[in-house]
Amino acid sequence: MPAQALPEPLLKVEKLSVSFATDEGEVEALNEVSFEIGRGQTVGLVGESGCGKSVTAFSILRLLPKPIGKITSGKICLQNHNLLDLTAEEMHEVRGNQIGMIFQEPMNALNPVQKIGAQLSESFLLHRDVSEPEAWKRSVEMLEMVGIASPENRAHEYPHQLSGGMRQRVVIAMALACRPKLIIADEPTTALDVTVQAQILDLIQRLRKETNCSALMITHDLGVIAETCDEVCVMYAGRIVERGPTERIFAGPIHAYTRDLLASIPRISGTTKTKLKTIEGIVPSLSELNAGCRFGPRSGMPHSRSLLDQRPEFKEMAEGHWVEACPVCACL
Amino acid sequence: MSTPATNILEVRDLRVHFPVRGGVFRRSIASCKAVDGVNFSIPRGKTLGLVGESGCGKSTLAKAIVRLVRPIAGEIVYNGISDSREVEEANFRRSVQMVFQDPAESLNGRMTVGAIVREPLEIHKVGQDKTRARQVEELLEQVGLPKGSAKKYPFEFSGGQRQRIGIARALSLRPELLVLDEPVSALDVSVQSQVLNLLMDLQRELGLSYLLIAHDLAVVRHVSDLIAVMYLGKIVEMGPIDAIYGNPMHAYTQALLSAIPEPDPGCRKSKVLIKGDLPSPIDPPAGCAFGHRMDSPKHHLSLGRELRMREMEKDHWVLDCPCCVEG
Repeated sequence: MPAQALPEPLLKVEKLSVSFATDEGEVEALNEVSFEIGRGQTVGLVGESGCGKSVTAFSILRLLPKPIGKITSGKICLQNHNLLDLTAEEMHEVRGNQIGMIFQEPMNALNPVQKIGAQLSESFLLHRDVSEPEAWKRSVEMLEMVGIASPENRAHEYPHQLSGGMRQRVVIAMALACRPKLIIADEPTTALDVTVQAQILDLIQRLRKETNCSALMITHDLGVIAETCDEVCVMYAGRIVERGPTERIFAGPIHAYTRDLLASIPRISGTTKTKLKTIEGIVPSLSELNAGCRFGPRSGMPHSRSLLDQRPEFKEMAEGHWVEACPVCACL
Repeated sequence: MSTPATNILEVRDLRVHFPVRGGVFRRSIASCKAVDGVNFSIPRGKTLGLVGESGCGKSTLAKAIVRLVRPIAGEIVYNGISDSREVEEANFRRSVQMVFQDPAESLNGRMTVGAIVREPLEIHKVGQDKTRARQVEELLEQVGLPKGSAKKYPFEFSGGQRQRIGIARALSLRPELLVLDEPVSALDVSVQSQVLNLLMDLQRELGLSYLLIAHDLAVVRHVSDLIAVMYLGKIVEMGPIDAIYGNPMHAYTQALLSAIPEPDPGCRKSKVLIKGDLPSPIDPPAGCAFGHRMDSPKHHLSLGRELRMREMEKDHWVLDCPCCVEG
């Protein structure tokens, strides 16, 4: 059952556009991206590399690389407060405290020369008015919560002494340390084995329920989306092309890109040795995007000049099921 | 040449151990048993999928087969000829080629694509200078790269196209067996399906045999005929695709299959969660390594026993361990 979204969502992203200054001039990485995350909900962002999934996450945290990346328009409202209006100091209060982040590569997210207990304590020292021994004590509790055996001893170890799965557990402990209202997980299990992935997804879901926080799950794996998300946003070339309840999207995808994406993955219960559906070509480069239907040139279906030049409307086709309504790509 | 053997490759009791050095004189103080007594065979024209967690020895096994690492024991029989006959070295290297995981790292960025694909031909002195350019063109066309690719550099291509270059290079010597080490795991799903289709087409057209190493069990199932599941240097279960996926007998295979996230929100299944991580191959636990990880109540039964593969049904082999296999 998808969790019922309350009238006022926890996070509301409205017409967010982000551009980067590159050698080839200004390129637009996100083009009017809008979505919402309700309280207690898990929303998935799925798409191929370069479609803007991670840029969305970094924009919400306002961690875009300076000075090349900037938010050109839109709003990011966390509980009705626009994060884009906050000062840098106020943003410090949000990061780690109200929004926790789980990164893809735990080795890069952890400081290699600091004990993991000390790294965890940092969040408590920054956001909670506690003494160092108290912060350490809470860190050990967090390690226990994420299922690390003998946490008192492990807190004294360095990241390199832990396995990949354990490091990701530490990163999750850090993200959840201050009981944030929202966790953003950017490909949290991509670097892990399928068995460890199952452990970590289970852990994220369990802790999310226990602490009643919402989650934004960024992944390219449709299986991970199907197993964890209430809602899913399918991104293509800097835009959301389809958005809706997970079951709806998987059972009745409307946009041609979503359909092709779902058809191109081999299934564990499908036929074998058959031709897989392919999507010809590659994701277009950000510097050569057209204004209209962006999947048009790759879809294999004829698009008229005007469809490629004019942005299709983002329409609600059924309750909560939004689609970029290009008349060629979007059909029921 | 004699008549071709039915199995293109047979691996018999292969062991690859790496010394662990320590102390003042860097003496060997222990050994890492990366591959520890592996047996399998690949029938001609078929695909064997090899799956397992990172660190289980999949890649070491692949490297031993293409002779990039030296096994300490065992035999690799290629086309009915044992590897002990050194004279076959050049022939062997021509017929067994490898495609690597990360196309960005396995292609020389300073060489043109044409030079990359031509290099094996030059090393093995196949064809003449004049004809080689034509051969390279044909190879690039065969893997679906656009005309004129030979003059470009790898960075000008996308990930999927780079993997095609890697495949063209591997095909240049007209091999019979390709060892594919995670050929699609670095690619996006839409591009992954293109490369998988290409591999299946090439197999049909050229009669190639594949050893496919992958961690994505859905991919392996889609393209393989046989599958071998590896755990801590040993194969724990092996057999035809339908037997393994339809009736997994070893507890590890069962857990591995249940861990796959299915892209269907309607069937969120209950999982058999495997606790902890793969144990170290330097100091493996006594008895059954998987039963030890799962705290199996019957683990003590495996202590002091030598675990052997047993044929449970036709061609379906399982490591006969009292704590991981029912009955």
